[in-house]
Amino acid sequence: MTTKALDPVRVQASARQVSLSRVTYVELGKMFDTRSGFWLMSSIVIAALLSTVATILFAPDAELTFYTFAEAIGFPMTVILPIIALLSITSEWTQRSGLTTFTLVPHRNWVILAKVIASVAVGVVSMLVALAIGVVGNLVGTAITRTDRVWDVSVAHFLLIVLGSLLCLLTGTTFGILFRSTPVALVAYFVYSLVLPTLFGILASSQERFLELQPWVDASNAQAPLFDGSIAGDQWAHLAATAVAWLLLPALVGLRLIARSEVR
Amino acid sequence: MITVDSLSKKYGGRTVVDNISFTARAGRVTGFLGPNGAGKSTSMRMMVGLTRPNSGNATISGRRFADLPNPGLEVGVMLDASAQHAGRTGREVLTLAQQMIGLPTRRVEEALDLVSLTETDANRRVGGYSLGMRQRLGIAVALIGRPSVLILDEPANGLDPAGIRWMRDLLRDYADDGGTVLLSSHLLHEIEVIADDIVMIGGGRIVSQGSLAELLRAAGSIVRAQDPDALERALSGSGFVTTRSEDGSLRSDADPTTVGLVARESYLALIELRTAEGGLEDVFLQLTSDTEREGRAA
Ligand SMILES: Nc1ncnc2c1ncn2[C@@H]1O[C@H](COP(=O)(O)OP(=O)(O)OP(=O)(O)O)[C@@H](O)[C@H]1O
Ligand SMILES: [Mg+2]
Repeated sequence: MTTKALDPVRVQASARQVSLSRVTYVELGKMFDTRSGFWLMSSIVIAALLSTVATILFAPDAELTFYTFAEAIGFPMTVILPIIALLSITSEWTQRSGLTTFTLVPHRNWVILAKVIASVAVGVVSMLVALAIGVVGNLVGTAITRTDRVWDVSVAHFLLIVLGSLLCLLTGTTFGILFRSTPVALVAYFVYSLVLPTLFGILASSQERFLELQPWVDASNAQAPLFDGSIAGDQWAHLAATAVAWLLLPALVGLRLIARSEVR
Repeated sequence: MITVDSLSKKYGGRTVVDNISFTARAGRVTGFLGPNGAGKSTSMRMMVGLTRPNSGNATISGRRFADLPNPGLEVGVMLDASAQHAGRTGREVLTLAQQMIGLPTRRVEEALDLVSLTETDANRRVGGYSLGMRQRLGIAVALIGRPSVLILDEPANGLDPAGIRWMRDLLRDYADDGGTVLLSSHLLHEIEVIADDIVMIGGGRIVSQGSLAELLRAAGSIVRAQDPDALERALSGSGFVTTRSEDGSLRSDADPTTVGLVARESYLALIELRTAEGGLEDVFLQLTSDTEREGRAA
């Protein structure tokens, strides 16, 4: 065993300061380098492939259009992306790696911002991969069924779908920031994404007064027109309102809690 | 240099760290000692910004931890070796630190070498590491940027005898090269062998600080006199506590110099006079016992 300490480092001038781009690069790597991270990332591609195959096999020939593929691929994406984003935040606390992270980068907001940027990058790249798989699916599917190829998703529509998926992803981030614990944040997220829409539905059908309020508070309702590409007018206002209520405000509260909390 | 200035921390009204101030100097190993729950870890966490103090502050080479442009180059921190993502390999953990600090890639291998983690160990997931292996990895993460200040919470924990020896030599070299080393420990013998300075904390308060030599002097003395009764009277007359053992020797809480002076004043002849043995352990138990009892009563 050697007790000779490492040589003094001569770091480049650019390295003397921890920069946001470096933190982002490292945080991006951290999303892949664990087993769970790796499989979550892989599951995006796997789910997209499975959805494509299932669409070819089971969708009625008449409905074998590009939008059907996009819809089938997009749904698992809106489930997996938020989980990836959520875990990247909560694992610092639940896996306790934050002890090292936050002593190497004392500015906790930087770390969180870097994670948000890295998550969004992963989200955008996933969407492009999904787009490619969808295109291939439509080409192959229609070739097999010998039906006409229908490209019924415009660029604008695709961008709306990306926006919708990123909003889903960022909700995962928000829940991670707010709860800082993998199990708690996951449960909260599933309540939000699975239980709440049903609850709002029941409320809306039983309480007349809630019917008017619903568009302003029901996030999944507000996001739906993004995915079918039909968003217009007031719906943008509903989208903005629900984003402030479910994304922005909780994230700001969570960031404040993170700044004051102990990392242990 | 680490400067701690009037740091205090309360948890739900209970003061766990109570207005502590001390300096860990460059070129010296400072041992941070105290019984369980004394507030050592809490103090160290406040030094590196993981816990917000209720009052006071700590600086590293004159700057607050949060103001360091690239902390990994200046302060090596190991607070809890098991705090790593169980799903990463040792090499991945080190690589993340290397990238975050902006070091050349070869540093990873050098750091692994330094702490004797083998190729196979490095490629295994941390979740499967033994306590000692985690400790080594934690030390590697702390050392990878070759910082001039080290803050280590119980670094010897879980190391085998060879590992403890290696660590002692490593820290000694670090201090001799002008580094500042602050380490906490329960292993009094370890501290006694390695530390130059001691900061002793009990119940959140500093009960003693100074060089190890000074502290050991406070262990008191063993003295034998021709007329033990007279010496006992003279010492208690000067306000010192003495106890007599069966062989007729007295044990006093005064240091040998003081005992000698007291004896001369009373014209008493001494047969033997020396520092009480037991060393750091006795001092430790004696100084921290008061706070222990307070703690229990509360
Ligand atoms: N988050 C917390 N909430 C409440 N009390 C806490 C918290 N963290 C520490 N404490 C209390 O603060 C006191 C000091 O704890 P600390 O971990 O600093 O002690 P220590 O000197 O490191 O002990 P040990 O030698 O056992 O590691 C303990 O009584 C502990 O219960
Ligand atoms: Mg401790």
